[in-house]
Amino acid sequence: MTQNEETGEKILQNIDDKLFKVKYVPDEEAHLAPDEAQCLLCDSKVCTYICPAHVYEWDEENKKLIVGYENCLECGACRIACEKKCIKWEYPKGTKGVTFKNG
Amino acid sequence: MKNKTEVIVVGGGPAGISAAVTIARAGKNVVLIERGSFSGSKNMFGGAIYTQPTKELFPNFEESAPLERKTVIHKYVMCTEDESVSVAYSAKEEKSNSYSVIRSKFDRWMAQEAQKEGVVLVTETLVKELIVKENKVVGVKTELEEYFADIVIIADGVNSLLAKQIGLRKEIKPKDVALGVKEVIKLNKEKIEERFNLADAEGAIYEIFGGPMLGMLGLGYVYTNKETVSIGLGICLETLAKEKIKPYELLDKIKSHPSFAPLIKDGELVEYSAHLIPEGGYKKVPKLHSDGVMVVGDSAMLVNNLHWEGTNLAMISGKLAGETAIVALDKNDFSANTLALYQKKMENSFVIKDLKSYKSLMDIVHGRAKSYLQYYPHKIAGFFKMFTAVDSVPKRNKYHAFIKSIFTDRSISELFKDAVGFIRIIFGVLR
Repeated sequence: MTQNEETGEKILQNIDDKLFKVKYVPDEEAHLAPDEAQCLLCDSKVCTYICPAHVYEWDEENKKLIVGYENCLECGACRIACEKKCIKWEYPKGTKGVTFKNG
Repeated sequence: MKNKTEVIVVGGGPAGISAAVTIARAGKNVVLIERGSFSGSKNMFGGAIYTQPTKELFPNFEESAPLERKTVIHKYVMCTEDESVSVAYSAKEEKSNSYSVIRSKFDRWMAQEAQKEGVVLVTETLVKELIVKENKVVGVKTELEEYFADIVIIADGVNSLLAKQIGLRKEIKPKDVALGVKEVIKLNKEKIEERFNLADAEGAIYEIFGGPMLGMLGLGYVYTNKETVSIGLGICLETLAKEKIKPYELLDKIKSHPSFAPLIKDGELVEYSAHLIPEGGYKKVPKLHSDGVMVVGDSAMLVNNLHWEGTNLAMISGKLAGETAIVALDKNDFSANTLALYQKKMENSFVIKDLKSYKSLMDIVHGRAKSYLQYYPHKIAGFFKMFTAVDSVPKRNKYHAFIKSIFTDRSISELFKDAVGFIRIIFGVLR
């Protein structure tokens, strides 16, 4: 939790705090599948910062993209922004994924 | 044939529901397929719905729909990092042009109304692909089964994998969509009304330019709901990629901007959400029909981003596609030729006319983002800073310095390009 420096107010949350408020029914299977070979060649790793749910994180040690698909808000930004166009992107099954109550 | 109906509508948002209810009202069989557990459960917007277009579909919606607040104040706020200049239009009239709503409540209500009028709603069902035979769309394949119909209406939203499947839509470019992120923040009713200067059931909409998005193609917003405030932004996906910024960090910066932080002070986060907005405009609107199929709403990229219109375009396009389906069913002819009536109805309506008026807008703004959304907001705030300062410097000297700065801060050729871009926008709309 970040604090507003001047007022000391708790008005900002980190992304985990934000996602904590979202209702999900997670699937056992991932609906997002980037092509790992392509990710190795990708310079920008744009998915790691444009995703509004911070689903993607680059694991430098293992040279691998970590995909936290359970947090996906199903917007499609990664699919469109991916510079390698290599994310196999589907909607989660009909009973799975995010449910917005205040969208 | 087993599993066969007259019309299948894929996607239970405003466009799909409007199409389905129009068809059901004519006594035709229509199945509306929604992937979420209820309509609105996968949807998000600012936002507000507009009274007149909503009445075209649901004439008495004001009596029973779950509306949050009636918009009486529109405020346009231009921000630098820590200053703001704003203009507010306030009209406290009995009838309002718009209401703030929560999608998961409002879309759900619309779907329930449609069910009452004969629409068969199937939820928690994902359409994986369209069934195409001899170049004609004849049905849909879900995770479990195949369903057939004389006409399929595609209302599966901005990503529209279905319109893409049959070649009606090309892959979207990052330049042609905005990413929207929003937080809904709980505050009690009295606090909302006090902070936004509202009476009971009245609401305000703030449009935010600049601030943490200075020089970027993005806008922020604040909407008041009954007991929550929605604060969010939409930013061009290409800009976000280029600037390497996280959307939720931009949102946090809007939330902590001195012009907005007091509005949500002591509020509690209820929900965070994200959604794409198709912003390519007229040039990106695809062909709207083919054999056995029509495309409506976000699936057809129908958004007027300057006027923050999308839901209304979705509803009207759904209605016009529904009317066309009725004609086709009566003629028992589902060819592209007959369904071209939908295209024609759209071109004759304000939907395509408006998008056409603004067709060059995005190209121009993409080219001049740094000046229109950074230099001028700074300059305008600078003017007010100078104008309001009392510092024993003779006013004439200050005015002269300000005017001089317009020509020294920025090259004449850039000023000229800014003016040409601005005139092109105005001319494009008015001619």
